[in-house]
Amino acid sequence: MSGIPHDHYEPKTKIEKWLHSRLPIVGLLYDTLFIPTPKNLNWMWIWGIVLTFCLVLQIVTGIVLAMHYTPHADMAFASLEHIMRDVNGGHMLRYLHANGASLFFFAVYIHIFRGLYYGSYKAPREVTWIVGMLIYLAMMATGFMGYVLPWGQMSFWGATVITGLFGAIPLIGEPIQTWLLGGPAVDNATLNRFFSLHYLLPFVIAGLVVVHIWAFHSTGNNNPTGVDVRRGSKAEAEKDTLPFWPYFVMKDLFALSLILLIFFAVVGFMPNYLGHPDNYIEANPLATPAHIVPEWYYLPFYAILRAFTSDVWVVMFAGWITGGIVDAKFFGVLAMFGAIFVMVLVPWLDTSSVRSGRYRPMFKWWFALLAIDFVVLMWCGAQPAEPPYSTIALIGSAYWFAYFLVILPLLGVIEKPTAQPDTIEDDFKAHYGKTGGSADATPAE
Amino acid sequence: MIKTLTLSAAVALGLGAGSAMAAGGESHVEDFAFSFEGPFGSYDQFQLQRGLQIFTEVCSGCHGLRYVPLRTLGDPGGVGLPEDQVRAYAEQNFEVFDPELDDTRPARPTDNFPANTGVGAPDLSLMAKARAGFHGPYGLGINQVVKGMGGPEYIASVLSGYTGEEKEEAGVTLYENHAFPGGWIGMAPPLEDGSVEYQDGHQNDLHHLAQDVAAFLMWAAEPKMMARKQTGLVAVLFLGLLTVLLYLTNKRIWAPVKKRAKGEAAE
Repeated sequence: MSGIPHDHYEPKTKIEKWLHSRLPIVGLLYDTLFIPTPKNLNWMWIWGIVLTFCLVLQIVTGIVLAMHYTPHADMAFASLEHIMRDVNGGHMLRYLHANGASLFFFAVYIHIFRGLYYGSYKAPREVTWIVGMLIYLAMMATGFMGYVLPWGQMSFWGATVITGLFGAIPLIGEPIQTWLLGGPAVDNATLNRFFSLHYLLPFVIAGLVVVHIWAFHSTGNNNPTGVDVRRGSKAEAEKDTLPFWPYFVMKDLFALSLILLIFFAVVGFMPNYLGHPDNYIEANPLATPAHIVPEWYYLPFYAILRAFTSDVWVVMFAGWITGGIVDAKFFGVLAMFGAIFVMVLVPWLDTSSVRSGRYRPMFKWWFALLAIDFVVLMWCGAQPAEPPYSTIALIGSAYWFAYFLVILPLLGVIEKPTAQPDTIEDDFKAHYGKTGGSADATPAE
Repeated sequence: MIKTLTLSAAVALGLGAGSAMAAGGESHVEDFAFSFEGPFGSYDQFQLQRGLQIFTEVCSGCHGLRYVPLRTLGDPGGVGLPEDQVRAYAEQNFEVFDPELDDTRPARPTDNFPANTGVGAPDLSLMAKARAGFHGPYGLGINQVVKGMGGPEYIASVLSGYTGEEKEEAGVTLYENHAFPGGWIGMAPPLEDGSVEYQDGHQNDLHHLAQDVAAFLMWAAEPKMMARKQTGLVAVLFLGLLTVLLYLTNKRIWAPVKKRAKGEAAE
């Protein structure tokens, strides 16, 4: 699959040849497992395996949970208590699934920021990046619908708020909202379709993951230097790379094991920490919680959604120029989806010829600020929408857009990059020549 | 119809107040020390039995426990009553409606604790998980890592947080309470010093009673806590071992590659 020259599978026995001429599946597995991988990958490259593990964990625990769950507005909440109290190991399954979603999003955010720092989105990996963003969007949808299924107070009111976003679209918004909900308000019809889609989307994600892996196996991995693997000959390529098995499989498994250790400590000792207490109260359409908060992993975008109130000049300007069609609510929705859309466009917004942030002295600082901005927005999303939080959220949202739409395009023109190593081999040698083979398995950033 | 509406409104008010607490956190919740805190903490069987007694004699007058099966009173790691006592407890304390008989009959271990919606008091099955006693600081949630979510602490604080002041509002008597968000609660003080007499003569001042019933309600909300912590501990220990082995394996596999790189760099 890879464009990097390497050994290919040669069928030796008769039966291998027989199969290979009909279905080259062993060859496909061989090429996938032994794909030449840049030898200087650091610990930020382990999150792909963690994410794959999360997807499998969520599908496996989810399938078993679905065997015991009842998607009906009158019975869903009680069926969860049935899982927690009567089903063998049900309490562990549910806590693994609920906290598994948190690990999934934690890993995907580090994975995305890894890509943003090392320029993994740049040519020729734009398709990998876009497919990755589609996976992220599908994850958001899946996670949101999954959170509705326990039919607690936060499930119900979260669903009401989020589907209400579609109602903010001018003219066609309300029919769309009704169509999504299957009625005028969140009710049994909504719960049923969310359950159905929550079961479907993980398999869509699994399909997209295959495409994602296929895409970067075609271009080869990026690496911390952003310098391409030499492809002139097999001998040359072998100086820059090592086969995925066993070098990176073992490294990734070690990291995965350490992360799972922490994950199981959370599941075992504080499984409700990342949830909201209100979701242990059954959904009640007559009682609105004082403070509706989404799950932590949606908070940055929730903050952006709420940041653009009607007293912000951009919102007023948008309202004036569109003759009032774009009001504050719709503007907020556009901003929230826009915040993700600018990430999708980043391969074309970043004008720098240098891939890795390591050799971009100005970019480094702006990127660090973006990472801090993300955390600050997350914090703002959990606070009430009032000063000073609303002001901080507005500044944070403005920086998010400024980074992608202004800073990245300009930096490519004005920044003087520092010297990059000629080859990956040089980078690897420089690191180990200097540190004398530290305890780290591979260069750490 | 009117009655249903009034009831719904009452429930709505109660829930609204609870949520306000979850968001605000101005109330004063004391950090009681419970035996089941931390990774190694476990339920104190005798405390849970005392709490069950309080629930039966006092709370069950107004509150239900609809999601808790009576048979789980016999589960190990929890209240741990012997089988015959579970049966006797169910029969003596609760009547349930049986659709097959079209009549009420004494409860069996296979039934759940009955729901109790008579006066609009909230069900207590999940109360210890549906309230967070601790928040912050600055919305960061660090206190919940250190002290726990604070559900049972909140319950015990409410039960022992009455000041004795009362007021009438729209025909409803409200009682001043330090721990309750907003400071005024609709529930009359349910417990006082000595209001429940323990058979074994255990201390029965208000503070002890409040903690005992809070511990029982934590068990009611999270009956599998012991099993969960044990699974967590085994998983952490084995993953710790696996992590060490994988670390060593990985180091061994990479050693020649790094040595070569070091050698070549020295040239």
